[in-house]
Amino acid sequence: MSEEKIITSPEIKIVKSPDGYEGPGFFATSLDKVVGLARKNSLWPLPFATSCCGIEFMATMASTYDLGRFGAERLSFSPRQADMLMVMGTIAKKMAPVLHHVYEQMAEPRWVLSVGACASSGGIFDTYSVLQGIDQIIPVDVYVPGCPPRPEQIIDGILNIQKLVGSESLRRRNSPEYKALLASYGIE
Amino acid sequence: MEKPTLDEVIAALKEKFGEQILQEEQLYDYRTLTIRKESVLPVVRYLYDNEHFQFRYLTTMCGLHFPNTPQPFGMMYQIHSLVHNLRLRIKAFTVENDLTYDSIIPVFLAANWMEREAFDFFGFKFKGHPNLKRILNVEDMDYYPLRKEYPIEDRTRFDKDDTMFGRKTSDFDRKKLIP
Repeated sequence: MSEEKIITSPEIKIVKSPDGYEGPGFFATSLDKVVGLARKNSLWPLPFATSCCGIEFMATMASTYDLGRFGAERLSFSPRQADMLMVMGTIAKKMAPVLHHVYEQMAEPRWVLSVGACASSGGIFDTYSVLQGIDQIIPVDVYVPGCPPRPEQIIDGILNIQKLVGSESLRRRNSPEYKALLASYGIE
Repeated sequence: MEKPTLDEVIAALKEKFGEQILQEEQLYDYRTLTIRKESVLPVVRYLYDNEHFQFRYLTTMCGLHFPNTPQPFGMMYQIHSLVHNLRLRIKAFTVENDLTYDSIIPVFLAANWMEREAFDFFGFKFKGHPNLKRILNVEDMDYYPLRKEYPIEDRTRFDKDDTMFGRKTSDFDRKKLIP
């Protein structure tokens, strides 16, 4: 048998543990921080790609940029299993009820990334048939500007989502402010 | 049999339909006939059924709107004789309170969706159409967006509500977009 090469890599990075008390055999910290850490590093994105921003997203997922480095390589094509809705592209008014429906089906907690000028504001399509920004029908957490944005910008948007996810209080979704926000979009 | 020319086609149409044909002109590379609204279906059917001409391909059709003219609304049909490579454009104009045309679906099935499109964007009605409802726009849209009196820009933009460009967003209610 040939000699097996043992692969060791000093490049592998593991996320830092949150602040807490550490001693022999125990580690104490708050549950919020642990849950936030776990959630932010294992986001399941739901790609809602309707046009050219979707092409940039494909590059973002592929080897050069590789969203898997941030723990988000598992795309979910079912909204029921997804944490993060990535809306990439022009949303026509006829598509608006579909997008709203997809968002409604996602389980809490859920985050929305609006990628590109069209999803964020209608972009160049200032016309009767195009929704002038998805925030008219669903709440958005992070907007990524660009027409289309480069993969680096999309990754920056996801890192910003991760900041939100990591620092979110477990009770935020029960807060009256959050309920009022959803109610303003007609979501139960 | 000799290949027919467009001149022969038009001569035959003039002989058969007489004063129903209002105008004949050459618009760039397209021979165009303006006819009365009532005779759209008979003319199209004649051109289709004629064994010599064989205009059996509906290239396209659409609605027209030229404001501030005596007859501001119109339908335009482009038909093609594939066998003889002849193309003919037919226009028929009307006024706003008489937008009902005869559907040409009995001749060209392909007209189904295009008549729906003309209904969707201009408000034309087609007598005999089996399913005349909006095709591209949202179903609860309450106006005909390609009529010239409506702005092309979306009226739901608050950030562009600007006296410089004369946009009005006051009547917009976000809740209307949510099903």
